[in-house]
Amino acid sequence: MRHSQKFEKPKNRKGTLMQLGGYLMRFKWRLLVAILLTIGSNLLALVGPLLSGYAIDAIELGVGQVNFSRVFYFAFWMVGFYLASAGLSYILEVLMITISRKVTYAMRKDVFNKLLDLPIGYFDVHQTGDVISRISYDIDTVNSSLSDDLVQVSSAVITVLGSFLMMLAISPKLVLIFVVTVPLSLLMSKYLVKKTRPLFSRRSGKLGKLNGFVEEMVSGQRTLKVYDQEESTIKRFDIKNKEAVEAYYNAEYYGSMIFPMVNFINNISLSFISVFGALLYLAGEMTIGKISSFVLYSRKFAGPINEMANIMSDLQSALAAAERVFDLLNELSEAPDAKEAVPLADVKGDIELCNVKFGYNPQQLIINDLSLKVTAGELIAIVGETGAGKTTIINLLMRFYDADAGQIYIDGTEVHDVTRDSLRKAYAMVLQDTWIFYGNIFENLTYGKENATMEEVVAAAKAARIHSFITHLPDGYETILSDEGANISKGQKQLLSIARAMLLEAKILILDEATSNVDTRTEKKIQEAMRNLMKDKTCFVIAHRLSTIQNADHILVVDRGEIVETGTHQELMRMTGRYWQLYQAQFE
Amino acid sequence: MKQIFSVYLKPFYHRMLFGVFFKFTGSIMDLFLPYILAYIIDNVIPQNNKTEIYYWGVVMLVCSIIGVAFNIIANRMAARVGSDATEVIRHDLFTRVMYLSSQQMDRITKPSVISRLTTDTYNIHQMIIRIQRLGIRAPIMLIGGIVVTMTLDPVLAAVLIGMMPIMVIIITLVSKKSIPLFGALQQTIDRFVRLVREDISGIRVIKALSKTDYEKARFEVINGEVVNREKTARMTIAVIQPAMNVCLNLGLVCVVLVGAYGVNNGTTEVGKILAFMTYFAIILQAVLSVSSIFETWTKATASADRINWVLALEEELTIPAGEQKASDYYLEVADVSFSYNKKEPNLANISFALKRGETLGIIGETGAGKSTLLKLLMRLYDVDDGAIYIDGQNVKSIPPGKLHQHFGVVFQNDIIFEASIEENIGLERNLSPAEIEKAILYAGAKAFVDEKADRSGEALTIKGANLSGGQKQRILIARALAAQPDILILDDASSALDYKTDAAFRKVIKEHFGETTIIIVAQRVSSILHADHILVLENGAAIGYGKHAHLMATCDVYREISCSQMGEV
Repeated sequence: MRHSQKFEKPKNRKGTLMQLGGYLMRFKWRLLVAILLTIGSNLLALVGPLLSGYAIDAIELGVGQVNFSRVFYFAFWMVGFYLASAGLSYILEVLMITISRKVTYAMRKDVFNKLLDLPIGYFDVHQTGDVISRISYDIDTVNSSLSDDLVQVSSAVITVLGSFLMMLAISPKLVLIFVVTVPLSLLMSKYLVKKTRPLFSRRSGKLGKLNGFVEEMVSGQRTLKVYDQEESTIKRFDIKNKEAVEAYYNAEYYGSMIFPMVNFINNISLSFISVFGALLYLAGEMTIGKISSFVLYSRKFAGPINEMANIMSDLQSALAAAERVFDLLNELSEAPDAKEAVPLADVKGDIELCNVKFGYNPQQLIINDLSLKVTAGELIAIVGETGAGKTTIINLLMRFYDADAGQIYIDGTEVHDVTRDSLRKAYAMVLQDTWIFYGNIFENLTYGKENATMEEVVAAAKAARIHSFITHLPDGYETILSDEGANISKGQKQLLSIARAMLLEAKILILDEATSNVDTRTEKKIQEAMRNLMKDKTCFVIAHRLSTIQNADHILVVDRGEIVETGTHQELMRMTGRYWQLYQAQFE
Repeated sequence: MKQIFSVYLKPFYHRMLFGVFFKFTGSIMDLFLPYILAYIIDNVIPQNNKTEIYYWGVVMLVCSIIGVAFNIIANRMAARVGSDATEVIRHDLFTRVMYLSSQQMDRITKPSVISRLTTDTYNIHQMIIRIQRLGIRAPIMLIGGIVVTMTLDPVLAAVLIGMMPIMVIIITLVSKKSIPLFGALQQTIDRFVRLVREDISGIRVIKALSKTDYEKARFEVINGEVVNREKTARMTIAVIQPAMNVCLNLGLVCVVLVGAYGVNNGTTEVGKILAFMTYFAIILQAVLSVSSIFETWTKATASADRINWVLALEEELTIPAGEQKASDYYLEVADVSFSYNKKEPNLANISFALKRGETLGIIGETGAGKSTLLKLLMRLYDVDDGAIYIDGQNVKSIPPGKLHQHFGVVFQNDIIFEASIEENIGLERNLSPAEIEKAILYAGAKAFVDEKADRSGEALTIKGANLSGGQKQRILIARALAAQPDILILDDASSALDYKTDAAFRKVIKEHFGETTIIIVAQRVSSILHADHILVLENGAAIGYGKHAHLMATCDVYREISCSQMGEV
C-alpha cells in the first residue's frame, strides 16, 4: 500500500517540514535522549572491531606465544561493549516506537477531529477512500519513516564518520581504496534509483488500475452475466493483468539488481583490501590484527552508504505523505458559531426564508431568490426534477452550507444567531441514502437518543412498520447490522432510519426521498403513524412519488432554484400548470 | 499452496531449475571470498610472493563479478517466473469468479472475492519471487557457510554452530509471540478503518444529530487501541535485531578466545579467525532471512488457500437435457417455489404464462419476492420446485449464454461502468452505432446525451457519479433495449423517473417493441396500469393475478395500493 504514494514529490517542502517539526517538538526531550542514545550505541559498537584487532595481534605472535592475558583482557571488553551497545539500541528502539506511536496517535486524532469539523462540502468532492488512506496509510508512512529513518540517518552518519576515522587511524593508505569504491557505489545507486523510480510508480499505478477494474467488474458481475459479457470481460481483464505483471517485472528487472550490486561493491572492496592489506603487511606497515579491524570497519562503512539511496527515497515519500495529511488538516473548518450566538431553546418550528441565493460554486446559482414562510406544524412538500435544488434547500436549513445572500429564520431568529449544534438538534432528518453503522439494531435506532427505553424503541419501530421484520430476525433487536447488510434491503434500511428519526424529540422533520424504496402501502401506514407522532411538528418532505405528498399543507414546485408554483394539491391541480402535468403523466 | 506449486508453477520448473543453478553458483561465490582472504593471510603472505597476492586478488574480483552477474540473472528469471505464474493464476481466478453463480457469490461476498483477486494474488506473486531468491540463497549461505567453516577449522565451526540453536530459539520465541500480536493488530486496524469509513459516509447524520463529540470519543478509544497494540507488537519484534547482534558478537568473542588457544597450540591460524568473523556475519544474515521467508510463506499459504477455495468451487448450475414441449406461451412459470436459505420460502407456488409481446406487471411490498422472481427467470438462481419455460424449453436445459441472449435487464441498483456512454450501452455486444443511437432515443436519454460535450462518447465516472439518478436509469434502460431483446425485464427501473418520462417511455415500448415480452416490477401503479397481466405478491405468495380492472374488483391489497397512489379513479 505504501508504494502507491511512494514516489510523489512533496510540493511545499518547507511548510510540511515546519508542521511535522511541530509534532516532533512536543516530544523534544525524548527525541534528544533518542539522539544521545543513537550516538552512544553506535560509538560503543565502533569500538568492537578495534578491540578484536588488538586481540588478534596478541594471538598473532604464533604457536606457544599467544599473550592470553591480553586476549582475555580485550575479549572481556568486547563483551562489555557489545552488550552495552545492544542494550542501548534496544532502549533506543523502544523509545522511538513510543515517540512515533504518540505522534501517530496525535496526528490521527487531529485528522479525525478535523474531519468531523469540516463542512459537508468537503465530502462531496473528496473520495472516502482517499480520506481513509490519509488517516491510515499516509500517517503510517510518515511515522514508520520517522521511527526508522531518523535513527537510521543519525546512526548512519555516526557509523560512516566513525568507521572512516577509525580506518584512517589504522591505515590512511588502505582508505584510498574507497576513493574508487564509494563513488562507484554512489553512482550506481543513483543510476538505479533514477531508473527504478518511474518503474515502481508505474508498477503501483498499473496494479491500482487492475484492482479498480476487478472491483468494478465483481460489483457488476450479475449484470455482466446476464448480458453474456463473461468472456469479453475476461479478455479485458487479461490485458490489464498482463500490463500489471509486466510492470511488476520491469520494475523488478532493475530493482532486483540493487542488492547484488551492493554486494558486488562490498566484495570488490574486500578484494582490494585483501590484496593491498597483504602488500602493506609485507612492507611491514600493517599487522594482521589491523587488517582484520580494517575489514570489519569497511563493512560497517559501506553499509549506510549503500542504504542512503533507500533512506532518501523513503524520506521523500514520507514527506509527500505528510503533505497529504497536512493538506487535510489545513482545510478550513466550518466557521465557528458567532460570539453572541445562543443555544436555541423551546423550538416551535417556524421557518422563514427571505430572498435566499446559493450556489455550490459562485458561477452557478442553484437557489435563485427563494422566499418561503412555514408555520409550526405544517407539512411542506417539495417537488421538482433531479437537480432542481430540492436537497440544497435542506442543506441550507440545517446549515450544512451557508446561503450566499438572504436570510433564514427559525422561530424568528436568524440562524447565524443560534449555535449550530442546537439548530441541528431542532431537526430530525431521513435521507434517501440511509446510514446504518456496524452495531446492533437497538444501537442503530437509539443513535440520536441514547437514553431511549426499549418500549420507546419498539413503539418507533412499530410506527415505522419495521418491528415485525426485526422480531423475525434470529437475534431480534440485538441483530448486528454489518456494513454489507446482506440480509437487509434498501427499503428496510429506510424504515430503520425513519424509526431512528421518530425517536428524536426534534420539532422539525425532514424526509428527503426517505421512502423512495418502500412500497406505497407501507409508506401510507408510516405516514399515518408519523402524523400522529408529529402532530405539532413542522415537516419537510421531498418525493418523486406524488402520492407521498398529496396531503401536504403546501406543495412547492421547484425548477432551476426557483419556486414556480405553490399551493395545496387541489389548488395546484386547478392551476393546470407544471404540477398538473406531472400528475397527469401517471395516467398516460 | 500445494496446488500453486503442482499446477501453476509446474510449467516453470525447468526455468526455475536454471534459476536455482545461477542463484546457487552466484551465492557460492560470496562464500569463496572470505575463504580466499584467509588463504592469502595464512598461506600466501608467509611466502612473501607478491605475484601470488595479485593472482588471488584477481581471483577474488572474478568471483565478485560472477557473483553479481549470476545473482542478477537469477533474480530476473525469478521475476519472470513470478510474473508469468501470477498472470495465469489471476486469469484463472478471475475467470472462475466471472462464472460464479449468484448463490456462490452471495456466500463468499463481493468484498471477499475482490480481496482474493487483489491482495491474495499479490501475496502469491511476492512469495513466488522471494522463494526463488532468498528461499534459495539463504539456505545456501547457511549450509554453505557452515560447510566452509567446517573445512576451515572444525573446532571454530563448532563454536559457531553452537550459537545457532540459541539464535533459532530467540527468533522462534519472538515470532511465536509476535504473530498473534500482529494478527490482533490487523483486526483492530480493520475496525479503525471501518469507523472512519462509516463516519465519513454518515457525516450528514452525525452532524444533524450533533453527535460529533460522541464520535470523537469513540474514535479516541479505537485510536488508542490501535496505537497500543502496534506498540506492543513492534516492541516484541524489536528484540530480534539487538539480540542477534549480541549473539553474533558474543560468537565472535568466542571465536577469538577459542582461536587463541588454537593458534597457541598450532592447530589453527590467524587468517582463519579473520575469515570466521566474515562468515559469522553471512550466516547470521542467512538465519534472519530464513525467518523472514517463513513469514512470507505463512502469509502466502493463507492467501493460496483462499484462492484455491474459490478455484475449487464446482459449477453449481448443471444443464440437464430437456425436451421441447409444445406450448402456447412464450414464457411460462409453473408452480415455482424458492428459498435463499432453504428454510423459509421466499417464493411459494408462483404460476403465470405470457405470450410473445405481452406485458406483465409485478407489484407488492418491500421484501415480497419481486426481484427474486426475476432472478429465477434468468436462472441466476435455480428454482427449488416447479419449472420455468421459455418457448417451451425448461430454462435449466438452455446453456446460460444462450438463455441470457433472450433478455434485456435493468436491475435494482444496477451498475454503470467507468466507460463511455456508448460502451455502457453496447457492452461489447457488437452493436452498431445506429442501434446504440436508437436505444438512446427510445430510453428517452437523447436530450441529455446530446448536451454532453462528446455526446454518446462522453466518459462516465465510477458508478456514473457524473449523472443524476434519472439519467443513470435511462442509460441502463438503453442498455437493456439496445439488442432488441425477446424479454425485457425492468426491476423498479422507473422509480427515479418522473411520471412524464415514465409515460413517454411506455409509449415508445408499445410502438417499437411489440414483439418483446415485458416484465415490469414497479412501486407505482401507473407504471403497470396498462399491462396485459398484473401479479400481486405478498410474502412470496401470489395474492392477485389479472388485469387492472379485475384486480381492482377482486384484490383488496391491489385496490388499496392503487387508491393510495391515484385517488379514487
